[in-house]
Amino acid sequence: MPDFTSHLYVFILAAFLGLEVIRRVSPLLHTPLMSLTNAISAISVIAAIELAGGAGERHTTLSIVLGTTAVAAASTNVIGGFMITDRMLKMFKKRKT
Amino acid sequence: MIALLASLDPGEQATFASAIGTATYVLAAVLFVLALKWLSSPATARRGNLAGEIGMAAAIIGALISYHILTYEWIIIGFAIGAILGVPMAVWMPMTAVPQRTALSHAFGALAAALVGTAHYYLELPEHSLTSVKMFFLCLEVLLGALTFTGSLMAFGKLQDLLPTRPLTYKNQNVYNFALLGSAVLCAVGLIFHPQWYALFPILLLLALVFGVLLIIPIGGADMPTVISLLNSYAGLSASMMGFVLSNKLLIIAGALDGASGLILSIIMCKAMNRSFANVLFGAFGQIQASAAAAEKKSVHATNAEEVAQILETAQKVVIIPGYGMAVAQAQHKVRELYDQLTRRGVEVKFAIHPVAGRMPGHMNVLLAEAEIPYDRLVEMDDINGDFQQTDVALVVGANDVVNPAARHDKSSPIYGMPIINADKAKTVVAIKRSMNPGFAGIDNELYTLDRTLMLFGDAKQVIGAVAKELADAR
Repeated sequence: MPDFTSHLYVFILAAFLGLEVIRRVSPLLHTPLMSLTNAISAISVIAAIELAGGAGERHTTLSIVLGTTAVAAASTNVIGGFMITDRMLKMFKKRKT
Repeated sequence: MIALLASLDPGEQATFASAIGTATYVLAAVLFVLALKWLSSPATARRGNLAGEIGMAAAIIGALISYHILTYEWIIIGFAIGAILGVPMAVWMPMTAVPQRTALSHAFGALAAALVGTAHYYLELPEHSLTSVKMFFLCLEVLLGALTFTGSLMAFGKLQDLLPTRPLTYKNQNVYNFALLGSAVLCAVGLIFHPQWYALFPILLLLALVFGVLLIIPIGGADMPTVISLLNSYAGLSASMMGFVLSNKLLIIAGALDGASGLILSIIMCKAMNRSFANVLFGAFGQIQASAAAAEKKSVHATNAEEVAQILETAQKVVIIPGYGMAVAQAQHKVRELYDQLTRRGVEVKFAIHPVAGRMPGHMNVLLAEAEIPYDRLVEMDDINGDFQQTDVALVVGANDVVNPAARHDKSSPIYGMPIINADKAKTVVAIKRSMNPGFAGIDNELYTLDRTLMLFGDAKQVIGAVAKELADAR
């Protein structure tokens, strides 16, 4: 039986930490912020890997099909998300002196 | 390390592998928080992105080692598809298309969450391991994931002009929408108390998918910054709920960070429009106002590129106010030419950025940064509004509602109370516009009929190019 109470604590603490850290992000960078957090939440790819790989002998055709599709969808965000965030951040330059 | 692993017996190997998995997950959680912390300033932002990449790579390697993977072929195929889709979108896509790409990435993230939730329901159903608490989080994951998936696709369609950007409305729309959402919630409640009622699961999924479509189609293009932020938040929450279902704390943390980020951005966007979430979602803002047509036509002062060049040349302080029209016309590089010409003459040029200018948070900043305008020239609305009395020329490039003074005093205006950029306080206002058609809110802009306002009609890219050329030739 998973311990949902401790998960709830983790969720609440992470949400508050997120609110505090993200509040400080300059409005200048709100677009890269969105693409970076989107890439980070594509960490769900690890759950998809577990399904697509038939981990722990627990798999059906359905779970492999859904898992593989989920790996494709999430890894699109992982790969594309970090790349475009870096592409955007590279463009922000200070005035040449 | 492989030699070390081989020297252990199978039981020890499993323990060792799962310890590695846990260690990489903890490392990833720390790096994700640092990534967002470093994003606070442009000086450290790229380091932040790198931290995120390392965290992600570590967690994926950890997952591959610690789960008892039977076969890698499907994982590899999945990643290959992800690379084929993700890399071109990141490398070749023009910066003006960033809002569309963002909407699409919310759709992908939400799809992954909904699919994982669905797979786990059907995997665990015959195992009788679905408790009510687990079903609560699983239903929430699938509901949020599915509605965010179709909702984000609709937002993508509107941003890509595949769907009409005006709100699509019909009678009793909100009643139908709430009835649909209510039915989905009832299915979820049924499943929470009776997980074995498997017939309800596809119904829940279908209702959530349809609700996502209906939620977004009545929302207009100018509200996209709020909608994208809200969808961002939902996609994050859905991933977090997945963490509850799978007892994976890294998923809970990463999803919560994404959810928090989307929430903050939606609040900022709503405040910048002086509207509530409910009004954005259910208000169908941006329909053509019937009364607007009846307003009397006031005369405007039309001008040309030559005159604007002369006015700018003699100015000392110029503030440029970009809006969505600049993105549509792809005018940011011409704006940069104009900026160069003026700066060379010793004119002080700044940019006034309204939080909801464009189609997503920070849209204008990214476009102007792409055109290599230094970021210290990009000033937020609240920091620049006090400067307009000392500003010689306010140059409005494709912005409309965010500079409409009616927001300050006209109680009957749909945008009344919205914070605006004080362009009308400048000594001279030059507004670039394709025609006198009203802006997104469908209302007249009294800024254009002021005595000190000059209207420069034409495509923003062409006319700014013409002004910059006039200035270059005059030297």
